Amino acid sequence: MSLDIDQVKHVARLARIELGPGEAEDALAKLNGIFGLVEQMQAVDTSGVEPMSHPQELYQRLRDDVVTETDQRDAFQRVAPATEAGLYLVPRVIE
Amino acid sequence: MLNASLQELASALADRRISSVELTRSALDRIAAENPRLNAFVHVDEEGALAAAAAADARLAAGEAGPLTGIPLAHKDVFCTAGMPTTCASKMLANFVSPYDAHVVAQLKKAGTVLVGKTNMDEFAMGSSNESSHFGATRNPWDLARVPGGSSGGSAAAVAAGMVPVATGTDTGGSVRQPASFCGVTGIKPTYGVVSRYGMIAYASSLDQGGVLGRSAADCAPVLSAMAGFDPRDSTSLERAAEDFGRDLDKPIDGLRIGLPREYFGAGMDDDVRAAVDAALDTYRKLGATTVDIELPNSKLAIPAYYVIAPAEASSNLSRYDGVRYGHRAADYADLADMYCKSRAEGFGSEVKRRILVGTYVLSHGYYDAYYLQAQKLRRLIAEDFRRAFERCDVIAGPTAPTTAFELGSKCDDPVQMYLGDIYTVAINLAGLPAVSLPAGFGNGGLPVGLQLVGDYFAEARLLNTAHRFQQATEWHKARPAGAGDDEGSPT
Repeated sequence: MSLDIDQVKHVARLARIELGPGEAEDALAKLNGIFGLVEQMQAVDTSGVEPMSHPQELYQRLRDDVVTETDQRDAFQRVAPATEAGLYLVPRVIE
Repeated sequence: MLNASLQELASALADRRISSVELTRSALDRIAAENPRLNAFVHVDEEGALAAAAAADARLAAGEAGPLTGIPLAHKDVFCTAGMPTTCASKMLANFVSPYDAHVVAQLKKAGTVLVGKTNMDEFAMGSSNESSHFGATRNPWDLARVPGGSSGGSAAAVAAGMVPVATGTDTGGSVRQPASFCGVTGIKPTYGVVSRYGMIAYASSLDQGGVLGRSAADCAPVLSAMAGFDPRDSTSLERAAEDFGRDLDKPIDGLRIGLPREYFGAGMDDDVRAAVDAALDTYRKLGATTVDIELPNSKLAIPAYYVIAPAEASSNLSRYDGVRYGHRAADYADLADMYCKSRAEGFGSEVKRRILVGTYVLSHGYYDAYYLQAQKLRRLIAEDFRRAFERCDVIAGPTAPTTAFELGSKCDDPVQMYLGDIYTVAINLAGLPAVSLPAGFGNGGLPVGLQLVGDYFAEARLLNTAHRFQQATEWHKARPAGAGDDEGSPT
């Protein structure tokens, strides 16, 4: 299979990445190269094979339901692009 | 002095023949002299390093020192370091100062090491050449026109050039082993889950694993021992007791069965790499090991599976960079959605964007089963190949990479060619196994060749033992690029 330019633009929208002039075309060629590489895996019959997400087959650990985090808002907000009164600032969403 | 082994350095520090401040000063001097041409460091913390060294000297004087107290080292810039820039070599995080330490950073601090700075890397660890760094490519100390490998290329170059004796790295598809191979140093990636990922900026979480680069297996061992261990803050961290990975270094390897995968010795490997690897295997036979031919029949599926799973997980992990809580925010935008799109367009480099787009696509509606799920099934087949192989051998050996270090710029525009260079390393991450790359000789142009040793789960001590015995019988790991100093002598 190969992608077309509209699919690349759609995926870029889903990924919230703006593509500049010419970037979609360049991405299209390179993505199709990559999909050509991964395509060979479609030929393998994997019926009955369990997907593997962790080699040690771990289960999620449970912990006691107690407070473990301390308030570090100031430290964490120091690296934010824009804050005010302990809140993160973004452009107005609702008029 | 900086070319001495960690054991020699530790004993010189313990006997007060040298202070940590002196040792750290000489590392900082080397970095100042070499970094303009190598670009191995993206941040150097002279003041912090000298303060940590003075504190280490106090511990040494008080008799409270451990084997790593006062040893200078560098962290790959993927590890969060409190109060110090942590950029992942991305414009997105160019101004990010971490509010906390990664587990690995905290562990090595506790062990008394002296952090001198952060090393360059491929942006967000996505690359095999260090050329995708926002801060410019690192150069290979053996040949400045060539790449150091990636993504831990800055760490590999720093160790090779004698700037620091050891450095940390991370390995998602070969990012510790391949640069170790290209720069002629030793690198180990442990079993998935042995080193905590807390504070290690995520690329592909089911594959990412911290590791060490050093001049020898004996140097890597104590650093890995200090940084490993259970950490409840990483949900995939394994609940295992602390281990001394250097405990078996000197064990004889008589009767060790070394498996040689047919698939790793076929076409695609350069002749000079093959010659060095064959000679290394002869050395092992002389040391009493036997070699046995094995098969890893699903090897050819590793690259396709990896280049689905890694981008899929990357697209999810990197969705956090939205220009709101940290990281780059565009200056001009129309509304919130536009702010996301522009901030991400400006903050990420082209390889990172490419992998996010691939990952977004394979996870998008209607394609999940055909790509991500299929890749995870292949992952099991690949892991099963290794399980069967380890019924017939103790370690698996082969080349780390099909070539020696390639020229800067030669693969930049062709991601598929770049990806194919990971042919011998990615399967190990998919299976979650430990592996080492060690210097095995030199190829054309005097460029280092790496031998990869793969162990069964939790066989780190055996891998380091196998590498160490080789390094006691050979001198390859002692060779230094021009300009890296030639003092091999013991500390004075």
